Amino acid sequence: MLELAIKGSKKFYGWIIALLAIVGIGFGIYLMQLGFGLGITGMSRDVSWGFYIAQFTFLVGVAAGGVMVVTPYYLHNYKAFGKITILGEFLAIAAISMCLMFILVDLGQPMRMFNVLLYPTPNSVLFWDMIVLNGYLFLNIVIGWNVLEAERNGAHYPMWIKPLIYLSIPWAVGIHTVTAFLYCGLPGRGFWLTAILAPRFLASAFAAGPALLILLCLIIRKVTNFDPGKEQIQSLAKIVAYAICLNVFFFLCEVFVVFYSQIPEHMDHLKYLFFGFHGHDSLVGWMWSSMALMLVGIILLVNPFTRKNETTLAVGCGVIFIGTWIDKGLGMISGGFVPSPLHHVTEYAPTLPEIGITLAVWAAGFLILTIFYKMAIGVKEEVRG
Amino acid sequence: MENSRRRFLEMLGIAAVAAGTQPVWNAFAAEHGSATPEPSVKKGPNELKAKQWAMVIDTRKIEKASDLEPIIEACHKLHNVPHFENKHHEIKWIWEEEYIHAFPTDPNRFLDERIHHIPFLVLCNHCENPPCVRACPTKATFKRESDGIVMMDFHRCIGCRFCMAACPYGARSFNFRDPRPFIKETNKEFPTRMKGVVEKCQFCTERLAVGLQPACVEASNGILTFGDLYDEESDVRKLLKENFSIRRKQSLGTEPSVYYIV
Amino acid sequence: MNDRKYILTGLVIFFAIVTFPFWYNLGKAAPGPDIKLTEKAKAAKTCVMPTSYMRAEHMQLLDLWRHNVVRNAERVFVNTEGKEFNMSLSNTCLDCHSNKADFCDKCHNYSSVRPYCWDCHIENPKEAK
Repeated sequence: MLELAIKGSKKFYGWIIALLAIVGIGFGIYLMQLGFGLGITGMSRDVSWGFYIAQFTFLVGVAAGGVMVVTPYYLHNYKAFGKITILGEFLAIAAISMCLMFILVDLGQPMRMFNVLLYPTPNSVLFWDMIVLNGYLFLNIVIGWNVLEAERNGAHYPMWIKPLIYLSIPWAVGIHTVTAFLYCGLPGRGFWLTAILAPRFLASAFAAGPALLILLCLIIRKVTNFDPGKEQIQSLAKIVAYAICLNVFFFLCEVFVVFYSQIPEHMDHLKYLFFGFHGHDSLVGWMWSSMALMLVGIILLVNPFTRKNETTLAVGCGVIFIGTWIDKGLGMISGGFVPSPLHHVTEYAPTLPEIGITLAVWAAGFLILTIFYKMAIGVKEEVRG
Repeated sequence: MENSRRRFLEMLGIAAVAAGTQPVWNAFAAEHGSATPEPSVKKGPNELKAKQWAMVIDTRKIEKASDLEPIIEACHKLHNVPHFENKHHEIKWIWEEEYIHAFPTDPNRFLDERIHHIPFLVLCNHCENPPCVRACPTKATFKRESDGIVMMDFHRCIGCRFCMAACPYGARSFNFRDPRPFIKETNKEFPTRMKGVVEKCQFCTERLAVGLQPACVEASNGILTFGDLYDEESDVRKLLKENFSIRRKQSLGTEPSVYYIV
Repeated sequence: MNDRKYILTGLVIFFAIVTFPFWYNLGKAAPGPDIKLTEKAKAAKTCVMPTSYMRAEHMQLLDLWRHNVVRNAERVFVNTEGKEFNMSLSNTCLDCHSNKADFCDKCHNYSSVRPYCWDCHIENPKEAK
């Protein structure tokens, strides 16, 4: 099927070359980072995880979001989604690939990466995260590939795929739960030390993932001969609407507990993010924008008139994607490190090289996504005749 | 002796899986015949032993920052700890903090003048229940069974910095760049670190192994006392028996092994 | 099949590139490294283990040393003759072999290995530079 991915128009090649160029530049910057050390990033002794790990966290969510098309189709026999499950699965593959790349670029000694396998450590959540992420990647590749190939050959997919599909559903929940456990099991980090963190991560995942999928469906309809379908997009929109409401609700639960109990170790981080702390307020504008964007998203997606209009729907999905990205990709990680365990305030901002490497990983992810989607749509067009 | 030989050979088994060293001993045995005594490893004769090493910091003996300077200096010089002007890249094993930063969860108002003004010495607490060890995905940081020291294996650390997020005491530093150019005077008998690994205080294991007290204790003029927490006769236990002491963030259940007499 | 000539040309180019290092180095065998011992090392006659063993397996021995020192707090090595040594690269190995450039590096360069021991361990503890 790979041959479908390399036959395309001039525009298609232009897009691929543009992505490759960004990847190339970013790789060059990464070589610089490899030579100098992580000192070229904005991270510090106090804020020891930054942009890379935040992107990783957000993208685990996008990957898990793919399950929102898989579950209705395979578990509840919701036929309409049969047309787009492959898009959800391939989005998950691209997102997980980005996650793994972000972890890799964040390591101080990437050459020793396989020490994680050489000295397996079940008491470390990172060990389990490595297992669930790679497992999910593997599941989606096997399932996606086989189902698509069967569709191309006009056959039913092999029966041994079925149990893997069922397994992939709880597994999707698993990847984001384990990722939340990376943070919420740490004593002395009040911002993350909350049982609502994993549910909150999942809710934002099930909003951000399908929101991106809707946008991708709209783009696919525009640039190819394949129409993912109006009903499909509307069903996804309802999922996004519920998930983003839940996400904001979970967040407000956290806000209540933190500000009603008034325990400083938990309160100070939220104060820093939303009001500034001892005069440090670089994230305040971002966090309120995030809240505003999510609110606009809720209004546009819950209201049936704006949801059914695909223009306002696209705007709604866009603002939800950006809003959840700011929440998780910007605030969630630095927010947990400021103030530090010794109650010092060291602020964090990514540096240019750091942003360059980050963009390159995103570009590499979109390259993977483009190639897989090209293949899937090629098959769809072929089958339809 | 017998015990250590057995352990060394066991170790070989483990290492053989990990690094393929089995041929070493096969080749060795083939060359020398099986009758040759096998090489072994053991502990040094003067090694200081304890079930759990602990430190008591008598803050009553601290008046001003200059009381702590020689202590910090002794440690950082001995262990080739670099000095960075850039605060972001800072590396420290033992340093001073004000009371409200050393004990941020117990911010007592209207502190007495003395506590308010004196610098507190902070370092790795060598917790009995260390969250950093729980977090490490490669066992590069581990709690040494024999004496409870929370160790760093710099050879194994992959630089994921999970331990830094897990430590509630900010005791860990990361080598954001090559530290060598920032070491003023290098102690040639102790290694430096390389970029990309995490480091921290190790209770001077290299000194305990040859029967010496940690360098900070030796330089402290009686401010610091070091000993076995589970030996009732030890100096630290005697001090703890006679004086009221506190530990940092006790409510987290990490069981720090550094005690402060206030 | 009109592609035969393209395939054949491709194969020829492929093999030419793959075998290039062999052609290029034909008849130019590099001489083995000439390793120098310090006076101290000469006087000691034998290392912690027999020379043939050290020559082939010193890295495995060092690996075991570091494992035992760092992880098991065992710092004394007893060799087959019952002689004891402090297991330390900087303080034992380099005490005798204080000429890293003429001893370690020569062989490592020859065999094109780049151990990162020296990123941390000081390479010349005794030698005044």
